[in-house]
Amino acid sequence: MLAPGKQPVYRADHLLIAQMVARGARVLDVGCGDGSLLQLLADTKAVDGRGIEVSRERVNACVARGLSVIQGDADIDLADYPDDAFDYAILSLTIQATLRPKEVLEQLLRIGRSAIVSFPNFGHWRVRARLLATGRMPVTENLPEAWYVTPNVHLCTIKDFAELCRAVGARVEQAVAFNAAGRKLGTWVPLTAHNLLGEKAVFMLTRRWRG
Amino acid sequence: MDTANIGELPAVPDARALQATKPSSDCLDVPESRPLLLACGRQLAPYRIAYKTYGALNEAKTNAVLVPHALTGDQYVASPHPVTGKPGWWETMVGPGKPIDTDRFFVICPNVLGGCMGSTGPASLNPSTGRPWGLDFPVITVGDMVDAQVALIDQLGIDTLFCVISGSMGGMQVLQWAARYKERVFAAVPIAAAAWHSSQNIAFHEVGRQAVMADPNWAGGRYLELGKEPRNGLAVARMAAHITYLSEEALQRKFGRSLQGLDAKSFSFNADFQVESYLRHQGSTFVDRFDANSYLYITRAMDYFDLAAEYGDVLANAFKGTRTRFCVVSFTSDWLYPTRESREIVQALNAVAANVSFVEIESDKGHDAFLLDEPELFATVRGFLNAAAHKRGLPTPRRSS
Repeated sequence: MLAPGKQPVYRADHLLIAQMVARGARVLDVGCGDGSLLQLLADTKAVDGRGIEVSRERVNACVARGLSVIQGDADIDLADYPDDAFDYAILSLTIQATLRPKEVLEQLLRIGRSAIVSFPNFGHWRVRARLLATGRMPVTENLPEAWYVTPNVHLCTIKDFAELCRAVGARVEQAVAFNAAGRKLGTWVPLTAHNLLGEKAVFMLTRRWRG
Repeated sequence: MDTANIGELPAVPDARALQATKPSSDCLDVPESRPLLLACGRQLAPYRIAYKTYGALNEAKTNAVLVPHALTGDQYVASPHPVTGKPGWWETMVGPGKPIDTDRFFVICPNVLGGCMGSTGPASLNPSTGRPWGLDFPVITVGDMVDAQVALIDQLGIDTLFCVISGSMGGMQVLQWAARYKERVFAAVPIAAAAWHSSQNIAFHEVGRQAVMADPNWAGGRYLELGKEPRNGLAVARMAAHITYLSEEALQRKFGRSLQGLDAKSFSFNADFQVESYLRHQGSTFVDRFDANSYLYITRAMDYFDLAAEYGDVLANAFKGTRTRFCVVSFTSDWLYPTRESREIVQALNAVAANVSFVEIESDKGHDAFLLDEPELFATVRGFLNAAAHKRGLPTPRRSS
């Protein structure tokens, strides 16, 4: 819990995700970290929230602050949940760290009526410029680790992700790209521009198939 | 139940035998007219459940926390043991300002059916013979223990328990409660437990039971009538079991190969090593406070525990439709009830989209960690109970801790 008088600082993608979530919804946050998104959703949207987190220390901290979180792995443990168990299955800045992003996305779409996925955009101009200028794997503010230690083993661009959505039969209900300050890019901007100018993106998806 | 002829009993006239028939705690005496239907098919009536309570039940009766005890525990969870005088078995967890805060919650701790601290068990008097039950006592199950506790909760006028929480066999009772009486359990915390007893665990229990029964003083289970006690057999059972409650790492850290009060090996079978002396002490103090037949019956109940088997061999079915909030806890070095088995419970709960938290706590203290000073366990229980209490509409405590 926060100390009294201290204003929480929310992550830009968390605030965008919170706007997409309906009040009182059942939510699963996959890779919930320290639980800040779950806390935000509980505080502002009164959701019935659950989390999965791979790090034991973070899980224990989440449970100690009263959140319903289990220690588990997105690549393995999503299979346990029944179809449509949640209104929203959320994966915030986690998909790039999974071993099998396609399977994870399919599981999200199966267990959630909607899936919300945010990810760092590897197509951002600064990443491209870094690669072009230095000829080395880009290390940026969003992707701060060297290639040999980064947990982000499956990086993608906004265009790549849009293609994965098509491949798994997901319908894109909303897609928002935003910059470091969390400013959304206008919807009038074409996808190519989003892919160039958005540092991160949030997609809300539903499945085209019936589970 | 008639306990008037306690004076005529030729059996062990000590403080412990007295506790079995005339416990220092409160008691619920269920009359003959309301028999307990046991899993074995027999009926038990009349029967007694001895219990302790701590804190006060609120007006709405929504703040009751049931703490069922483990194999060798008792109702003295947060008060001195009447025989040994030692502190309650979970005083680190239960008490004013503790994670299970008795300033806030009404804590109920019953002695299990089959126990020897006042609840009906093999050391109690069989009303039809006036002698101790011994092996005439029916073989009971964890489900029977829980059913007997339901009678107690009914008697206390409590419809829904705010929480059922405990470790080991206590955790098995938590799971049984949550499965069999879903609508009466708001929150459930099984710690260092499993939904079934593994082959290895049954094996260890069998070693313990055979040690008891091999002691000539056991006398076919009739030792109380004969004024004897299978002390050696029960002590050996406890020594073997105690090893399973620890971990190799903890034993090595605590004792290593150190000798006990010696400069050199004695070239005898005395307790040269500290670890031997420690185990002997564990064995001999245990027999002062525990009944050998109770040990047989309760270990049997644990062996028989297999929650999935009651629900078509699918554990998830045991929790279908549950609205209980769960917090499952395991310890990294617990090889008696390993994390893997807690994870099975979590998977079953996920399969029915239950509200579940799952915490694995890093500790080298083995299974016993749940009884010891584990700050992360306390933080977990405190946080989980606070959040659940908020959902239950219980007032927030004034003290901030």
